[in-house]
Amino acid sequence: MHPTDFTLRGALDALSEGTISSVELTQAHLDGIAKLNPRLNAYITVTAEKALAQAKASDERRAAGQVGALEGIPLAIKDLFCTAGTRTTAGSRILDSFVPPYESTISQKLLDDGAVFLGKANLDEFAMGSSNTTSASGPVENPWSRANDPDTRLVPGGSSGGSAAAVAARMALGATATDTGGSIRQPAAFCGIAGIKPTYGRCSRFGVVAFASSLDQAGPVARTVEDCAILLKSMAGFDPKDSTSADLPVPDFAKACERGVKGLRIGVPKEYRLDGMAPEIVALWEQGLQWLRDAGAETVEISLPHAKYALPTYYIVAPAEASSNLARYDGVRFGTRVTEPGSDLRDLYERTRAAGFGPEVRRRIMIGTYVLSAGYYDAYYLKAQKVRALIRRDFEQAYADVDAIVTPATPSAAFGMDEKQDDPVAMYLNDIFTVTANLAGLPGLAVPAGLDAQGLPLGLQVIGRAFDEETVFAVGRTLERAADFSALPRLRAGA
Amino acid sequence: MSYTIEGRTGPWELVIGLEIHAQVISQAKLFSGAATEFGAAPNSQVSFIDAGFPGMLPVINEECVAQAVRTGLGLNAQVNLWSRFDRKNYFYADLPQGYQISQFAHPIIGEGAVEITLADGATKTIGITRLHLEQDAGKSLHDQHATKSFIDLNRSGVALMEIVSEPDMRSPEEAGAYLTKIRQILRYLGTCDGNMDEGSMRADVNVSVRKAGEGFRTRCEVKNVNSIRFVMQAVEAEARRQIEVWEAGEEVFQETRLFDTARGITRSMRSKEDAHDYRYFPEPDLPPLVLEQDWVEALKAALPELPDVRRARYVAMGLSPYDAHVLTLEKETAVFFETVAKGRDAKLAANWVTGDFFAALNRLKRDVADPPVTAENLGALLDLISDKTLSGSLAKQVFEAMLETGKAPGEIVEERGLKQVTDTGAIEAVVAQVMEANADKVAEYRSGKDKLFGFFVGQTMKAMQGKGNPALVNEVVKAKLSE
Repeated sequence: MHPTDFTLRGALDALSEGTISSVELTQAHLDGIAKLNPRLNAYITVTAEKALAQAKASDERRAAGQVGALEGIPLAIKDLFCTAGTRTTAGSRILDSFVPPYESTISQKLLDDGAVFLGKANLDEFAMGSSNTTSASGPVENPWSRANDPDTRLVPGGSSGGSAAAVAARMALGATATDTGGSIRQPAAFCGIAGIKPTYGRCSRFGVVAFASSLDQAGPVARTVEDCAILLKSMAGFDPKDSTSADLPVPDFAKACERGVKGLRIGVPKEYRLDGMAPEIVALWEQGLQWLRDAGAETVEISLPHAKYALPTYYIVAPAEASSNLARYDGVRFGTRVTEPGSDLRDLYERTRAAGFGPEVRRRIMIGTYVLSAGYYDAYYLKAQKVRALIRRDFEQAYADVDAIVTPATPSAAFGMDEKQDDPVAMYLNDIFTVTANLAGLPGLAVPAGLDAQGLPLGLQVIGRAFDEETVFAVGRTLERAADFSALPRLRAGA
Repeated sequence: MSYTIEGRTGPWELVIGLEIHAQVISQAKLFSGAATEFGAAPNSQVSFIDAGFPGMLPVINEECVAQAVRTGLGLNAQVNLWSRFDRKNYFYADLPQGYQISQFAHPIIGEGAVEITLADGATKTIGITRLHLEQDAGKSLHDQHATKSFIDLNRSGVALMEIVSEPDMRSPEEAGAYLTKIRQILRYLGTCDGNMDEGSMRADVNVSVRKAGEGFRTRCEVKNVNSIRFVMQAVEAEARRQIEVWEAGEEVFQETRLFDTARGITRSMRSKEDAHDYRYFPEPDLPPLVLEQDWVEALKAALPELPDVRRARYVAMGLSPYDAHVLTLEKETAVFFETVAKGRDAKLAANWVTGDFFAALNRLKRDVADPPVTAENLGALLDLISDKTLSGSLAKQVFEAMLETGKAPGEIVEERGLKQVTDTGAIEAVVAQVMEANADKVAEYRSGKDKLFGFFVGQTMKAMQGKGNPALVNEVVKAKLSE
């Protein structure tokens, strides 16, 4: 077996049995990156030397009997997580030379558990996008391609497109990602891997470049549900440096994967049956529900009456917060500064931000500034907050009756890199099934569950109660086992 | 009579409200662990949070919240157990995040009231609208380089309390008295040092004018006035400007103005049309601030004595309302006075502190926090008066010597032999000498020229180098002359 084909769980076992070292495992992944990254562009920065040094140190720790939960596991870190001494760009020109002097809480926790960092994964600029085409470092390509049209290069989804593509193409055993409206789940579904956005507050946001603070939540992507569970266990936990992180114990998520679904009530929101939805998606959804029934769960139709307002609500709240969060990129203290002799302060701002931000980021700053402006605030931002409260209430009412909700992860499979690019609204529709979980702060897991007619992966989504990732993992693992997803992307390390 | 300014069209009333920005006394900033000490080297007290670095998040400093609650309690104001932070968005080079974290819609402290005392002894209640917590910005330095501005972020993120009054003040004096009172309460509570020249307290002054019986007319805000005297001057200057505008048949426009202290006038800073749209919205990085009633009660129970209570206590001790007012204006003065008065005659202590001691502070340009004589030594001097070791005039001599030497009064009395003579025999001997040397005057006195009595007392005291006990000297002179 090629070392890059291990699951994370399998690699931990192999490391533990001594059949492979972390240095060998890391080198195999670095080789894969060297081969594939020039095409896929999944990594913005590859830290090969650092990774090998970390792997060597890990092997030494293991030899000394010090074995962390992720001892020796090579991971990709989304380039939105600040990493001390390693450039962190957020996929933006405005941070293209920014080297943080501090480490994000999550990446520090992973290092503390013995992980090895291969490099920084590509992403949509400031995590704004659903196709990973807005990165200042160029688009990421999905390692999958259509069987009947292998030459059309596909998007990996976004914003965590680099993380998902790297994991799918075996350029990492797992990766950190973030999800503001679907940025973990949509690329995971597009790339045929698993990814969970935990409950808001489960993981610390400290040191993660902010997009929309009330929606942003970090989580893992990996090739199996169990691998996600192992990674989330290391990433999660209360952080006094993030006032919105929850002071709750972190359960053994991997153990919860094996709980089964017998006796669980699974909600099926009728509002998610959209007109014109791809028949393959509808069929997969039905199939998934049948698998759960076969495993002993009961499926019930539920109503989330305000779900239809979720997307417009999201596209008010998220840009509003983003317009404020991105004000700090002003060329004064760090990052890109563009100035001319005789520039005054205003000129410095205008030149720096015009040169530093790409069009999608500028668009969202404009939208966000507009919806918060005097005279528009009540009609847009305040209204959106009210709708958000209603969406949250919809879920609370639904969870009085069901234990988890299952929906498609995305309305379609991965699309071509040149498609939907000039229609922002069509692009925003990618998040239709995922944004509700962000607005309500709930955990959502994407599981690869099948293929479309062109052989592209399709995913299902499991949404759980707040801080009940355990049930989400149990349902996800059941779907995964039943789906027995074994298709492989054409482009992958070791192939 | 209420205060008015006489214009060409008759008298005008003033309507004044103050927004006071008071820097909270705390070791660390409102949302970061960086230090807050004044006067440190530029950019030496800045965390990545204060500098607005990517991924940094605010974490509320509990002590700053406690200080705001203490202040609210001191202002007899409502403490809101649920409050929330908002972002106030604007771009400026010394505002690293591009927004200020403040409390716009739901402040931590609601309505309250304070009583001010005016020069004529009258009192008036001024309403407090609200108090909220917010972070300060950094400082731009435009005079360090020919073409560049420098930024010092030491102040960035320091906790401020903004205390907003009702438009209840009607004269410059009331505005001054109100600011004085707020400063006094904050200093008593230890929640703000009130150092206006260091900028740890500053006021935005809202002024409008009107004719008697009218509702409010348009107000203007004079920003960042940094002394009590300037607040009073700014009120008057701005009121006079507005009266001129109205009387010229024009209209006062709502705008932000600055007080030019050199010329004593206000200047336009920006009009309402140029005003920032701050795009306030709830700060998503911070959950609502929820306080426990028990926690508030504990702070209340531990609150130091407030100036009004202290003043009432002094009046009950027998002090005049004026002395009680003066002695409680500054907490340090009150503490000094109480040390002097401890176990002694409170009135005598008050007379000495407000009299000779205050005069000495003025003369020597010293402060009660750094007094030229200690409260303990002044108390010891009072003891020497009470036990008749010193007469009033001798005590003044000893006090002067204490100022010069810093020595204890007992020591000075010993060294200089200033001890009062209470030995009747010794006094009688001196009086006899004086009468002998002034036999003609004795005759005149005895023939009815009563006014000469003072002459004999004076001569006796002079001969005794002021050390004779005045009461005894009087007694003996009277007795001897009547013989």
